[in-house]
Amino acid sequence: MLTVTPHHFLILAFVLFGIGFLGLLIRRNILLMLMSLELMLNGINVALVTFSRVGNNLDGGIFVFFIMTVAAAEVAVGLALLVALYKKRKSVFTDDMALLKN
Amino acid sequence: MSTVDLLFWIFAALSVGGGLSMVLSRHPVSAAMFMIVSLVGVAALFVLLESFFLAVLQVLVYAGAVMVLFLFIIMLLDVGPGASKINLSNWKTSLIGFGTSCLLIFLLSALFPAHEGALPTNQIWPVLDNASESLSTDSLFFSTDISAFGYALMTKYMLPVQISGFLLLAAMIGVIILSKKTGSPSSNS
Repeated sequence: MLTVTPHHFLILAFVLFGIGFLGLLIRRNILLMLMSLELMLNGINVALVTFSRVGNNLDGGIFVFFIMTVAAAEVAVGLALLVALYKKRKSVFTDDMALLKN
Repeated sequence: MSTVDLLFWIFAALSVGGGLSMVLSRHPVSAAMFMIVSLVGVAALFVLLESFFLAVLQVLVYAGAVMVLFLFIIMLLDVGPGASKINLSNWKTSLIGFGTSCLLIFLLSALFPAHEGALPTNQIWPVLDNASESLSTDSLFFSTDISAFGYALMTKYMLPVQISGFLLLAAMIGVIILSKKTGSPSSNS
């Protein structure tokens, strides 16, 4: 029997989410920001699998499946946008993309 | 402390440490490597939770495909180590955000045992509960078997599967159009 409770997994999931959120806020490199988004989605996945396991219900596992699909599509489109932006601006930093500012 | 506990702490430290090093690392390539470490740690946690199929999928899709795509783009754009700055002017905002998310953690973890078995679920969201009952004639139980996933995807989740297929098609077409459009360089930059 596990002495590690579901709480441990849930707290770990939220810590992963928080680290991803922190990275999204403090990094200015768009590549790193996309990776932080992936980390946030991973935290959500851990929480969903934990709920699925504890509640004895497969729906959480299926949702992880769909989250992975959406994350893969999001990364593909985001990186294509980044490459298109890099061709114009020659930069991957959010500081240099303040065209609409002021 | 049993073996499972030891494994949990090892892989939790691996995933959290990989994530933190990814956020704080200077070079984007090393950030991607730390991210792979973190993803493999999460896959090991999936194994501890006995959902082996999702662990395999995590390694194949995230550590295999997505991070290779990231590394490919890093190589293509040639982002150097000096090019990764941390936004120091936003430290206060980000610490507030991190603190808020940590507060959310402990609020949720404090709420979870109090409501365990205390409330009947059909009193919280009666409409949603009735909808899910009418949607599923048979309830899907957690299983380590891959065929359970296949059965659930082909019966209860048929429409989401088709929608995600359409989403992938749309993403593919979008990426092709985005990367095909060469345009006039530096026309309005």
